[in-house]
Formats: sequence, structure tokens, C-alpha cells
Amino acid sequence: MSAATITAPDKAPDQQSQVTKKVDTDEGRIGLRANARHIGALVRRNAMQIKQDPESMFDALLMPIIFTLLFVYVFGGAVGGSLGGDRDVYINYVIPGLLAMGGLNIAMSVGTGVNDDFNKGVMDRFRTMPIARSSVLIAKLIVEGGRMLVSSLILLTVAFIIGFDLKTGPLELLAAVGLALVFGASLTWIFMLLGLSMKTPQAVQGVGFLAIMPLQFGSSVFAPTGTMPGWLQTFTDYNPLSNLADAARALLNGEGAVASPTLTTLAWSVGITLVTAPLAVRKFRTKT
Amino acid sequence: MVKHYGTTKALDGVDLDVKEGTVLGVLGPNGAGKTTLVRCLSTLITPDAGSARVAGFDVLRQPRQLRRAIGLTGQYASVDEKLSGWENLYMIGRLLDLSRAAARKRADALLERFSLTESAKRPAAQYSGGMRRRLDLAASMIGNPQVLYLDEPTTGLDPRTRNEVWEEVRRMVADGATVLLTTQYMEEAEQLADELTVIDRGKVIAGGQVAELKAKVGGRTLQIRPSDPEQLHRMVGAVAQAGLEGVAGARADVAEGLVNVPIVSDEQLTALIGLLSERGFSISSIDTHLPSLDEVFLAITGRKTSDSELGQDNIKLEEVAA
Repeated sequence: MSAATITAPDKAPDQQSQVTKKVDTDEGRIGLRANARHIGALVRRNAMQIKQDPESMFDALLMPIIFTLLFVYVFGGAVGGSLGGDRDVYINYVIPGLLAMGGLNIAMSVGTGVNDDFNKGVMDRFRTMPIARSSVLIAKLIVEGGRMLVSSLILLTVAFIIGFDLKTGPLELLAAVGLALVFGASLTWIFMLLGLSMKTPQAVQGVGFLAIMPLQFGSSVFAPTGTMPGWLQTFTDYNPLSNLADAARALLNGEGAVASPTLTTLAWSVGITLVTAPLAVRKFRTKT
Repeated sequence: MVKHYGTTKALDGVDLDVKEGTVLGVLGPNGAGKTTLVRCLSTLITPDAGSARVAGFDVLRQPRQLRRAIGLTGQYASVDEKLSGWENLYMIGRLLDLSRAAARKRADALLERFSLTESAKRPAAQYSGGMRRRLDLAASMIGNPQVLYLDEPTTGLDPRTRNEVWEEVRRMVADGATVLLTTQYMEEAEQLADELTVIDRGKVIAGGQVAELKAKVGGRTLQIRPSDPEQLHRMVGAVAQAGLEGVAGARADVAEGLVNVPIVSDEQLTALIGLLSERGFSISSIDTHLPSLDEVFLAITGRKTSDSELGQDNIKLEEVAA
């Protein structure tokens, strides 16, 4: 009896296309519970990697501290003055903005990490195992969500130390962090797709930077958009980062509309995820 | 099975048949299509044409079921270097739906079996090449796969580590696994394979029992160095006169001070040594030399391998082994 048989086609390749077309049956499909278990094992893998290589947490731990201190003490006085107050006014302005931006910074590091990680032999092993191939990416997403949460908590701790004044309550704070996480998760899909599509981590970083700079600075994250020229204001109105910053600001400071920027942010998050998540999984499946 | 990359035909109609519980060696130089073949059979890439059944599953139509039945150890160790050996095995156990306790037990047992218990907690990045390859084999064994693909499992390993890997492969086969082994080395194929298929440029150029193929190629060459180089020709004469069955064509290599005798069995080797000591020859060294892949190709196709650098690689390896 044969355990393995390979047969060469007796017809020409072009006539074979119908035969070789993948016809997946439902047989052997991975159940929900098994899928959750696989994702759990892969989350553990990512967590162990961080434990083995603590420097990989530097961006999540240090970026919020450095950004907060830089923006508050470099621009705080000047921008705060034009906001009709002082540095303390700017602290309350910029902290929700930095909360919005945190996800972007973490997501960008995912691109380079995925590129590096997915070029390794262990991915071949995952791809030859009876697991849903999306589970590898979902595990990564969960771990990155965790990193974003840690980063947000550090940001808020620094904020409260230097005098951030929460004008609403813990529920609003939670809602702002949650919204930032949802948006950050959608960004993670973009960067996973980018990381899987590009050849080197350096290329991912280059493209990521180019895309990120206009989004970050062409927004209400660091300064009010009122004095910007009309065309730029149109851009910031649609910029999801601007909307997320506005929503977080309204939630934490109790001023301005919450619903409109929140819905715009959610719409962006859902849209980005619906487009990029299937593409990323597809890319992972067919990557050779 | 056919796979094209642009105009390059990586696989140009390869036919294989492996019997359950045996080892099929796929011998070929770099770029022959060995890795492409393994990647097609392990669902990593889709062939352009052709079909394959492994462990009763259609590679193209039943990839999910197939993945439950196979294990793959590649040329480049497919373990997570940042994780410890134990964590690697535990993770794979969990991915193969073992319970936490079962995955733990399996990881412990396999580390023990592959002599990695002492290094269980160290990250795989700190492992030596041989340890990493053993961990890779252990990882492939967790699910007790019916069919194992070993893609050049010993390329780049030193002779001692290579022997360890061979030992493990033999144990796996003894446990009932069916193995598809790709290799560049005739010696490896001879050590492990029951049957052999030689491929070059995506095509099968020879196949059959290892013994048949060896007979075609001419088995081993015994190299005897007499203590006294003056005795070279006397020794050749003695071997020729003795008329041992199957031993013919002893040649003196005056430049090297060696007598070369082609042999096909261990019995002939023993008989020859007995004969020489009986006749009072003093011998300073004896070596057996397997035909290199180049010689195999020369014997089968009448031309050198398409990859000329390979020949040099083989020479280097033999030097290391000697």
C-alpha cells in the first residue's frame, strides 16, 4: 500500500486548471473552540518573545513618556497661550491627542516585526499545521492590543503626574481608551498587510513613516486646527486620527461633541479592518 | 507534478510513489527541485499541474486533513528561535490540540528522547546547529505524523551531529513513519533510504532500490595504503590473484601511494583485509569512499551535475568527514 503518491499530469498544464483548482470541503475545518485554543498558544508565543527580548517593549513603555514630556514642555506654554490659558490648558488638550496617536506608533512597529518574524522558518511550520492560518495574525493582533493598552496606561499615569485634570469620570476615560484601542487594532491590520507585502523591515519602516507623518501632524492631535488653511482643515476633518483625538478630548474634557467624531472613528476602524484584514490573511496564506 | 517559476521549470513532471513505512530518498543537486517538491507536498505552495495523494489525502483538495497527517523538517530549522526548546514543543502540542497536561508531557518526553532536556529552558537561538535540527525533528514528531518530510535534514551539519540526526530518523521509521527524504549526499541516501529517486532540473532521471542504483553506480571504493609504498604493485597483484568473488579491478595509485579496490559488500571488505594480513602485508591506513553525487550523476547520465559548485561542496564535506 502506498502512503504517498505523486502523479505527473498526463494533460498539458493549461487543460489541468480545472482539476488543480482548490476545492476545500468542510471536512477538517477548524472548530471555534480549537481556533481559540490555537490563538491562545500563539499569543503565548508572542508574549514569551517579549519576555525573552524586553527591549521590544521600549516603544510601548518609553514613547508615551518622551512624547508627553516633549510636547507639554516644548509647545505647552506657546500653544496653551493661544488657547487662552497656560501649559496646564495644553496638557488637557494634548493628552487625549497622544492617547489617539499611541496606537499608530505601536501599529507601525508591528509592520517591521511581522516582516522579520514572517520571514523565519517557524512560519512554514505554522502553515503546514492543521490550524486556521488567520489565527497566527489574530494572535499578533491580540498581543499588540495588549501593548497598546500598556502604552495608554503609562501615558495616563504620566499625564496625571504632571497635572492632567480629568473633567469627566472613569467611564468616559475607559470609553476613550477603548476607542483608541479599536482604531489601533484596525491600524495593526494595515501594518500587518504592509509587513507581509514588503521585502525588508527597512522598506516597511520607510513606507510607514511616509504615510504616518501627514496623518499625525495634519490633525488636531498636537494643535487646534482653527488656524490651519482651508484645504488642510478639509483634510483634518476626514483624518481618522483627528476624529479620534477630538472624540477622546470630548470624552475626557467634557467639552464638544462626542457622537460625531466617535462615529467617524468607528466607521474608519470598521472600514480599514474589513478591507485590510482579509487581504493580510490572504497574503499570509499565499506567501511562499 | 509540475511547478513553474516564470520560465524556470522547478518541477517538470515528477512521479513518485512511497510505500507505507519506508523511506524514499530523493537525491539531487542544488536547484534540482527537491525543496519545491517538498513545499508542494506540504501545502506550502500550489503546483501548477499534477496531483498527489499523501496518507490518503489529496494534497490539493484536502489540505486541512493532510496537515494533520504530515510533519516537516526543513533545511532551515523551523523553530522559534526566541522561545526555549520546551516552549517551542509545548506550543506545537497545543496547536495540535493536545490538552495542557498532554502537551507538557509530550514536550518533556521528546526533549528527553532527543537529549535536549538540559537545554530545555534556553532559547533556541543559543542552540548549536545540531541541537536546533534535533529540536526541529522533535517538533515534527509531536503529532505522531504518518508521513514525514525531511528536506536536506543534515545539510550544513558536522559528521557527529549528522550521525545523531540519522539515528533519530531511523528511530522514527522504526516507529512506523513513512519518510520522504531529500538529500544531496549519496551516503545519506544509502544510510537511510529504502528506495531512491534521483532528480535533476525538475525531472526524475533514475529510481529504484538503493542496492540496484548502487550496482549501477558501482558501490564503494576501498582505499588501502601499504606501510611501504614499494609494495603497491605487489598488493595489487595479490588482490587480483586471490580472485575474491565480485572483487575485480584493483588499481595502484602511485602518486597517492594507494591501492583502490571497488567493492560492493562488507563481506568483501573483511575478506580483503584477511587476505592481506595472511600474505603478510603491512597496512598503514584503510578508507572506504562512497561515490559522490557527481559520480552518481556521471554514472547515470554521463554528464556532471548541472551545479558545478556542488562538486566542490562534496569534496569539502569529505575532507571534514575524514
